[in-house]
Amino acid sequence: MAKLKGAIVIDKELCKGCGVCVTACPTEVIALSSEVNGKGYNYAEAVNMDACTGCTNCAVVCPDGVITVYRMKV
Amino acid sequence: MTDNINIQDIVKTENLVHKKSSVMTENTMHYCPGCGHGTTHQIVAEVIEEMGIQQDTIGITPVGCSVLMYNYLDIDMQEAAHGRAPALATAIKRLLPEKFVFTYQGDGDLAAIGTAETIHSCNRGENILIIFINNGIYGMTGGQMAPTTIEGMKSSTTPYGRDVKLMGNPLKMTDIVATLPGTYYVTRQSVHKPGNVRKTKKAIRKAFEYQKLNKGTCFIEIVSNCPSGWKMTPVESNEWMEQNMFPFYPLGDFKVPEE
Repeated sequence: MAKLKGAIVIDKELCKGCGVCVTACPTEVIALSSEVNGKGYNYAEAVNMDACTGCTNCAVVCPDGVITVYRMKV
Repeated sequence: MTDNINIQDIVKTENLVHKKSSVMTENTMHYCPGCGHGTTHQIVAEVIEEMGIQQDTIGITPVGCSVLMYNYLDIDMQEAAHGRAPALATAIKRLLPEKFVFTYQGDGDLAAIGTAETIHSCNRGENILIIFINNGIYGMTGGQMAPTTIEGMKSSTTPYGRDVKLMGNPLKMTDIVATLPGTYYVTRQSVHKPGNVRKTKKAIRKAFEYQKLNKGTCFIEIVSNCPSGWKMTPVESNEWMEQNMFPFYPLGDFKVPEE
């Protein structure tokens, strides 16, 4: 059976660290970083990329459109 | 099976499934973290991009937080006086009937100072789309009580919660305009969860399609959050909205055209 494998790219300098994507992710790929970006926000980062299925939920709810999603069949 | 696949293999142009719409500009939005305005801007831009109507769309911005929307969407936009966006949209649509015209208004703009314009535009059945963002508060000016503030909700002018005996009842604009003969499609949605964002996007798409057919006013209310005004984190505000706003403002279609 074909499996979907996804990957996300987060523009961490534009991220405002609202955390909406963290709750939207069904596979707990995203977490807020302990580091801050240039604006002083704890930006979102992918901590468990292996679990990503490329469902686009995080990118759909991101108010600032900083998440780009890629998906391929493996 | 997936052991030998790394991120570089997946991050390729041919595997792209979601990115920021090309109708959005590169400007960083001034909205607070987690604000529903940002999400709504994204889906409006996506619909315009998917329909290929970037050159033919005119948006009307309100007074309120979303007043600077013209910095973020790469389409023709016009700023209206406070609450008068539907009146301006009426004029633009009548002069340029082949264009797609929409207004984007908050609850302080549409439900308070602009009540007359909203109701009369909907009653006349102007061929415009009204997008109404309802967060129950005057977010831009510091979180004062709005006509849409629900009973018991705290704001900077109702620190003990809204008391309906003293301050009157909250106003359900969407219920009112759904009763008017001029409206064609009236719905209430939200953008706090992925499923809701996708539903709202479909509603906006439908409204633009109806406008192409000159069917009448389409009215989409989006119940949204205001983390700064409500003094909550974005995730908390979304939960609060689900528990408190949705019972009073239930989501769903109010007026759906008969096929």
